[in-house]
Amino acid sequence: MILAKTGNEALAYAMKQINPDVVAAYPITPSTEIVQLFSNYVADGEVDTEFVPVESEHSAMTACIGAAACGRRVMTATASQGLALMHEMLFIAAGLRLPIVMAVASRSLSSPLNIHGDHSDSVASRDSGWLQFFCETVQEGYDALIMAVKIAERAYLPAIVAIDGFILSHCQERIETLEDGAVREFLGQPRPNYNLLDWRNPILVGPATLQDYYFEFKRSEIEGMNRVLPVIEEVQQEFGQKFGRYYPVLEEYRCEDAEAVLVVMGSACGTCRVAVDQLRAQGKKVGLAKLRVFRPLVHAILKKSLARFRRIGVMDRVDAVNSYGGPLFTEITSVLYDLPERPAVFSYVYGLGGREFTPEDARMVYEQVLSGKKDELVTYVGVR
Amino acid sequence: MLKLQDLAKNQELFSHGHRACAGCGEALAVRQILLAAQPRPVVTAMATGCLEIFSSIYPHSAWQVPMIHTAFETAASTAAGVEAAYRFAKKKGLISDDIRIIAFAGDGGTYDIGLQALSGALERRHRFLYVCTNNEAYMNTGIQRSSATPYGADTTTSPAGRVLPGKIQHRKNIMEIVIAHDVAYAAQTTVFFWRDLATKVQKALDAPGPSFLNVLVPCPLGWRHLPSETVKLSRLAADTCYWPLYEYENGRYKVNYTPTKKLPVEEFLKPQGRFRHLFSGEAGQQVIAELQRYVDEQWELLLRKQALFGEESAKA
Ligand SMILES: Cc1ncc(C[n+]2csc(CCOP(=O)(O)OP(=O)(O)O)c2C)c(N)n1
Ligand code: SF4
Repeated sequence: MILAKTGNEALAYAMKQINPDVVAAYPITPSTEIVQLFSNYVADGEVDTEFVPVESEHSAMTACIGAAACGRRVMTATASQGLALMHEMLFIAAGLRLPIVMAVASRSLSSPLNIHGDHSDSVASRDSGWLQFFCETVQEGYDALIMAVKIAERAYLPAIVAIDGFILSHCQERIETLEDGAVREFLGQPRPNYNLLDWRNPILVGPATLQDYYFEFKRSEIEGMNRVLPVIEEVQQEFGQKFGRYYPVLEEYRCEDAEAVLVVMGSACGTCRVAVDQLRAQGKKVGLAKLRVFRPLVHAILKKSLARFRRIGVMDRVDAVNSYGGPLFTEITSVLYDLPERPAVFSYVYGLGGREFTPEDARMVYEQVLSGKKDELVTYVGVR
Repeated sequence: MLKLQDLAKNQELFSHGHRACAGCGEALAVRQILLAAQPRPVVTAMATGCLEIFSSIYPHSAWQVPMIHTAFETAASTAAGVEAAYRFAKKKGLISDDIRIIAFAGDGGTYDIGLQALSGALERRHRFLYVCTNNEAYMNTGIQRSSATPYGADTTTSPAGRVLPGKIQHRKNIMEIVIAHDVAYAAQTTVFFWRDLATKVQKALDAPGPSFLNVLVPCPLGWRHLPSETVKLSRLAADTCYWPLYEYENGRYKVNYTPTKKLPVEEFLKPQGRFRHLFSGEAGQQVIAELQRYVDEQWELLLRKQALFGEESAKA
């Protein structure tokens, strides 16, 4: 069906079609609507979900963990301070290998308080062991949320699907939805690897470990993350074949002979596409590398793709205060470090707190990368 | 009435092999609770704290029932998630058994950092029993004061010094906080009186909504008493009315244990190292007097609540 939906509406609609067993959530702008709309589905009996309207995001994630440990399909949504408040529990969800799926409408972090979109919240959670998918469009958010459930459940790892706050969460786009039945058939039933409620076969979930075992547990969790890429690709292929929409983990746009390429996550990819088209029309060889999957970090794919270019700009919608460039920048430069001939890589931080990022800004960045000249370690785009 | 012979026939669901200190009241309470819960199938959750550390160090486990531990402040919210999953499974016919859910947390995990999660879970009326194993301090991190620590107690963050007599505030009244949530059942008990504890566990588990037990569990390490005196101290706590055994059910208060002779609070304080500094000098005497005043006041208040909202009031 073709519908006009905001990002929040689309994600809530996907959640309805997924029909999770348990949802525990707490409101925060700009993700509030997702849960609000979903609770209408609950109130109207359109889903079977046990909905737990908790008293904080900390408890939302905790209740999700409790329910997922009982082998159930569990989802939630949050943003910003809410995700920060969950931080402690994110590690626990991942450590217990629970396939919880969370929609995040990315937003800045206080202080100062700001409700608008940037990637501070999701990126701050990157080391928690969650898969992270960043979306360019509302359509992509809708599709990604459905795929994330299947990926998470096959990989036994929790997953965040991030849409840019307001830019996607509140803007209407034309989207093609799937049939309820098709979504349910695509997802099938979860196959949990344990169920706390099986009281005849008692298990202990979340024990204490000392120096003798902690490291092995963590190592196996890391291994789970290392092995997740084929699962992601498999599910994306399957989705593509079934529904005709295929999303690569890293999409190259007009990169064939590019002299300058920008690596971008989220809605700014759309802005950069426009800039690429405009600059190409002027005969400038520029391209876009859109990174959809932030965790796992797809080193091999990034290395293979980016090694061909001489000049690369990395766009971060978040700053890692006082580090050697934005967070994505430092990861990309690490990935490229052992190449015999390293491309020049430039760090750009843009769009903090919802600051607009226009095709003009993107063109300026491209021009600078093309010129190969930069004054500072990090260029802050559009800051006064 | 419950018989010890019957309880003794039940399975030990909290087994040997845990690493609690000798004489740990917390281990004793958990064992008694799981004995009393039978034959109901139970699924449990616990907070970080002594209990978690001494019962769940991988690859060992003292739990013969399903147990989940997530974090320090999350016993109630974890149990809430488990209960939601249980409700879902029940609704869908995936489970036919009547499972009971029990959450365990120390006084720190209950009175302080976990209070919000507890309040939320009680308000949403998840059907579970929340047990506070109350040793009146953060024992797992080395005896720091909590809001359950009594006035005058020497802890590592409320040390008795030249100017301060130990903790300078009275403990928080968690029972009233819980009761204000209109819970189905709430009770206070301790480990010496096995029948009181076991009966309360059964009532709490069969209550139609959320229920709460506040169990005083003497801790030889933190209270600095002899391991052999744990049970005796828990009795002295009740006999001095320092720790009244009572329950709240359907809007009624009931005192379950009235000492034949109400002993002075000193009798409870004396065997404990955490109050030793009170027994030398005038200042200490004042602290003890204040503690006695508080205990008497709270006891009187409880008796008045019983008279106003109790069996007696129902008859009148
Ligand atoms: C968020 C957080 N803060 C602090 C701690 C450290 N910590 C672990 S157990 C504990 C004290 C537990 O005390 P209590 O709940 O009274 O249980 P007890 O050990 O006395 O049985 C503390 C402070 C933690 N695990 N998590
Ligand atoms: S410190 Fe206290 S509560 Fe902890 S195990 Fe020892 S006796 Fe039990």
